[in-house]
Amino acid sequence: MTPRRIAAIVLRQFYLMRGSPSRVLPLFVWVVIDIVLWGFITKYLTSITGSGFHFVPALLGAALLWDFLTRVMQGVTMAFFEDVWSRNFLNVFASPISVPEYLSGLIVSSICTSSLGLIMMLLVATLAFGLSFLSYGTALAAFLLVLFLTGIALGILGTAIVLRLGPAAEWFVWPIPAVLSPFVGVFYPLSTLPKWMQVVSRALPPSYVFEGMRAVVAGQGASASLLAIGFALAVLAILLACLFFVYVYRYAVRTGLIARYSAETVS
Amino acid sequence: MGAAVRDSLLSACLFTIDRLTTPHSNSPVLSVSDLCKSYGETVAVDRISFEVDANEIVGLLGPNGAGKTTTINMVLGVVEPTSGSIRIRSVDVFQQRSRALSCTNFAAVYAPLPGNLTVEQNLRIFGMIYAVSDLSARIEELLRQFDLVRFRHTKCGVLSSGEQTRVSLAKAMLNRPQLLLLDEPTASLDPATARDVRRCIREFVAAGTGGVLWTSHNMNEVEEVCDRVLFLSRGKILLEGDPKTLPREHGKANLEELFITIAREPLTLELT
Repeated sequence: MTPRRIAAIVLRQFYLMRGSPSRVLPLFVWVVIDIVLWGFITKYLTSITGSGFHFVPALLGAALLWDFLTRVMQGVTMAFFEDVWSRNFLNVFASPISVPEYLSGLIVSSICTSSLGLIMMLLVATLAFGLSFLSYGTALAAFLLVLFLTGIALGILGTAIVLRLGPAAEWFVWPIPAVLSPFVGVFYPLSTLPKWMQVVSRALPPSYVFEGMRAVVAGQGASASLLAIGFALAVLAILLACLFFVYVYRYAVRTGLIARYSAETVS
Repeated sequence: MGAAVRDSLLSACLFTIDRLTTPHSNSPVLSVSDLCKSYGETVAVDRISFEVDANEIVGLLGPNGAGKTTTINMVLGVVEPTSGSIRIRSVDVFQQRSRALSCTNFAAVYAPLPGNLTVEQNLRIFGMIYAVSDLSARIEELLRQFDLVRFRHTKCGVLSSGEQTRVSLAKAMLNRPQLLLLDEPTASLDPATARDVRRCIREFVAAGTGGVLWTSHNMNEVEEVCDRVLFLSRGKILLEGDPKTLPREHGKANLEELFITIAREPLTLELT
């Protein structure tokens, strides 16, 4: 792997963002809206229940963590879509850049953009609604790591789907987090779900994060072994997503799809 | 161990490393062997073989749908052949893709650079991808060479088609490629600029060790620029030779007449 080629993909994203408010604002605006919305919901719930349950770290924290995963995924897919939108596939894939270098470039771009979103979310949640991330303790690092890895895996999966099915398939990619969220129990314990959904949940790394987060809020502490399972599943998800991307890329080269990408299909 | 033995061992090691890492300089720049590409029942390229040598410009000619662009896309590694092999400086494109393509570059009318980046930004990004050393100086050189200095901070999307073609050519020259693939490089250029581009490509070939594979539908241009031409029809190479003598050899007045004959009646030439 050549770091300079990875840096080229990141630099491209930087150039595009530097001159484009329409790319920069979404990094902040949607996360702020989400945090404000969930901030007021938690305030309201706290005021009407009076049960002593900690809604702020349980609900607002969950919303923030889920938004973080979504931003990581979108960081990868957005960087890929720039090549789709500017019809740049031939220039990129006919160059010496390898698939691992290209994907690494998308991932580093996502680290930069999702970090900005995370900082903004933390600022708003802390300053406006009193969410203290210190209350999660050291488990927070594990939560963020597992969600980050899962977001990367979903991002690579999304790019592979669009590479295979064409530009219009980006509409399959945007709702992926929304489709997963009922299964991973962002706002409720997994025991709430029917058995078949719980089976699916156990295969999804974020489930372990949100169960761990609720355990911390309940004062029990997150289970290190469950978080380790979440981490292992997230690493596995990245490997599978990369393998899927490589499979789709090879299919696209074999069938000539990359050279005729605007046609969306070679059949 | 004596110093002489140590030095000779070191030299042998360095020679071996050099042979392993540097493409052979005396091999053809491009070697295509028994290349086939089929899309289902449709045969786009049918067992073609040819070479491009250093300091040579080879014209790949043929009517629309003859298989020229498919061939170029296979050389660029974006379409996998059904069978056959492609070697750039002895390096197999599909086994060592990055290494083969690092000494290759291309410009094509259907592959403009991203319109939402400026000329300089595009050149910098692709310069990094092609690992160009002393990149800033190389960009300045190319901006001057292709008369793009005044467009340095202009987004490519607002340039005229001719200016965009010049940017694509500048990008294609970034890494001083051993193999340069040009798919109709002068298609959208005015005659004066087209002449400058042809001169520039000829100078590039004369100055270095690179070879060029060039497609064009402008037969006067092909006759002026190319050292050798390959006529492709229905995926097969029908004719090969010097563009200046080939028409007479086949009883035609000029290259354009020969082209039209191949486009309309390829079988008559297959029999000759």
